[in-house]
Amino acid sequence: VLFGFDVISILLGGISAGMVLFIVSVGLSVTMGLMGFVNLAHGAFAMLGGYVIVLSMDELGLGFAPALIVGFVSVAAVSVVFERLLYSRLYRADELDQVLFTIGLVFVFIAAITIVVGPETITLTLPPALRGQFDLGFTEYRTYSIFLIVVGVAIVVGLWFGFERTRLGAQIRATVDNRRMAESLGINVDRLFTITFAFGSGMAALGGGLGAEFLGLDPQYALKYLVYFLIVVSVGGLGTVVGVFWASVLIGVLDFVLKLYIPKGGTMFIFALTILLLLLRPQGLFRKAER
Amino acid sequence: MTALPVTPAGHAAARTLTERHRLRWWEPAPWILAIAFYFAYPTYLGFGTEVLVAILFALSLDLALGYAGILTLGHAAFFGAGAYTVGLLAFHGIWNEPISSLLLAGAVAAVIGFGSGIVLLRTQGLTLLMLTLCTMTLLEEAANLGHEYTGSFDGLPGLPIAPLLGKFEFNPLFANTQFIYALVVLFVCFVFVRTLVYSPYGQSLTGIRENILRMHAVGSPVRWRLVTCYTISAAVAGIAGGLWAQANAYVNLTTLSLDRAATVFIILILGGHGRLYGAFVGGVVYMVLAHFLARIYPTAWQLGLGLVLVVIALFAQRGILGIGAALLQRLRDRRVAS
Repeated sequence: VLFGFDVISILLGGISAGMVLFIVSVGLSVTMGLMGFVNLAHGAFAMLGGYVIVLSMDELGLGFAPALIVGFVSVAAVSVVFERLLYSRLYRADELDQVLFTIGLVFVFIAAITIVVGPETITLTLPPALRGQFDLGFTEYRTYSIFLIVVGVAIVVGLWFGFERTRLGAQIRATVDNRRMAESLGINVDRLFTITFAFGSGMAALGGGLGAEFLGLDPQYALKYLVYFLIVVSVGGLGTVVGVFWASVLIGVLDFVLKLYIPKGGTMFIFALTILLLLLRPQGLFRKAER
Repeated sequence: MTALPVTPAGHAAARTLTERHRLRWWEPAPWILAIAFYFAYPTYLGFGTEVLVAILFALSLDLALGYAGILTLGHAAFFGAGAYTVGLLAFHGIWNEPISSLLLAGAVAAVIGFGSGIVLLRTQGLTLLMLTLCTMTLLEEAANLGHEYTGSFDGLPGLPIAPLLGKFEFNPLFANTQFIYALVVLFVCFVFVRTLVYSPYGQSLTGIRENILRMHAVGSPVRWRLVTCYTISAAVAGIAGGLWAQANAYVNLTTLSLDRAATVFIILILGGHGRLYGAFVGGVVYMVLAHFLARIYPTAWQLGLGLVLVVIALFAQRGILGIGAALLQRLRDRRVAS
């Protein structure tokens, strides 16, 4: 059926784009939920990761999987340095100063990438195994999109397990809910934050690399997609993992459909919808209201 | 009424409060400097007009962000609304008299500010930041979509602005007319903002910024104060946008972009927010640096700007004027001690 086929390809295309959104944004959600830190530089870490991954494949000849690992580890390491030296000074500062600081950081990243790599857009060359079409039995679709969905689902399951079933996850949830109480119970919130910040930035790097195939990579990346990352986080709810996952799927599919059927100005609906949603449920779609 | 003995009139705090609206000896300085600039650098008047517009825009943001503490990243929404009001009216031959179209620009921006403020200002912090950002992007998309009227990305070029007061030719070739005109507009807006800030109303805005719960507790109509302040700020931003459109004789999508919103944010913070003259210092410093450095070394400029922002956020949270005030205070303390 033609109509049925359309729905399936829209869903697959939208969900695979949503997976990239999710992988990039999940770290932002958790760190903002934990510390209430308005980190506008999160997109810059995603961009940095994307560049590390693509360049280590092109210049060093690494395979796709090793490059992803290199990107994750190096950006996580860099982010720890930033977190300990700079971010940690502003945890108790105004949101204004946090916004200013992270915007400044974004500019520094953009300029640094322009100087080191150049202003041109670079893209990811997929390994042969991920190119072409994949036979799903009932339909064929781009292998890479299927791969992204599999990776995204694996990550959300893994994160959900880590979040809900491990000691570290319980500590994070406790701190998101009530930071003071968590501190008085002896949870080392600073250390917790460093760990989640590093992990979140590493995930952003992973997302930057995985998404480079269709988003492209240029120095403006850090600002260009920032609004989308923030929308996903605020729609999904600060400090959630599963909420951000569903929000990413929602925004991904919506964006895909709108760009397909209303190429001019279709994205307006996403912004309008976000405004409406934030007004009706400021805590996000998938998070329970504060008691 | 008998005077309460708690705060004697001669007390230092009482004196600060009752005398702070008085004109300080140095306050005419910016205007004298501007007029001196007019005579000293006749070839740079176009650039001078740009600086004046930037100062006016930063001043409008100061009212919302600096005084009332409304965290907004979407102030370009009002700048753009004002610019497009002037642009659309002039381009389609409906109205092109400069002064009245500037007032219209302010009015349109005020309506948008009131409409969005009444809804958005129920929220705070990150949610508010997101909402202002989304509102601005929504307007930008709308301007992009209305291709037939707004010219989308290319904008509306060659706006025919009528002669000022029916006498003085008004277009980028007559930079001296534009500079004086912009200076007068800035002066009128500044006097208005200064009066507002030193009024009891302005005092209550500062109170809301410092401790919103306490202001609720003392019975201040917090939300209305925020909405009216946001509306006034939007109107001033709209006038700045209209002025920009008139001076350049064109409008395009950059008037509504995140880039512009971030720039004005940076200008204000650089100069010092919550201070009347922060917009002036920040506007001049930023625009001069941008004008001379950004053209020659665009990347190094961005790197330097980023580093400056990081340093300000970490160490100098009250901007250039804040540093100046702190140094002055230290000097005074030393004089008292010795």
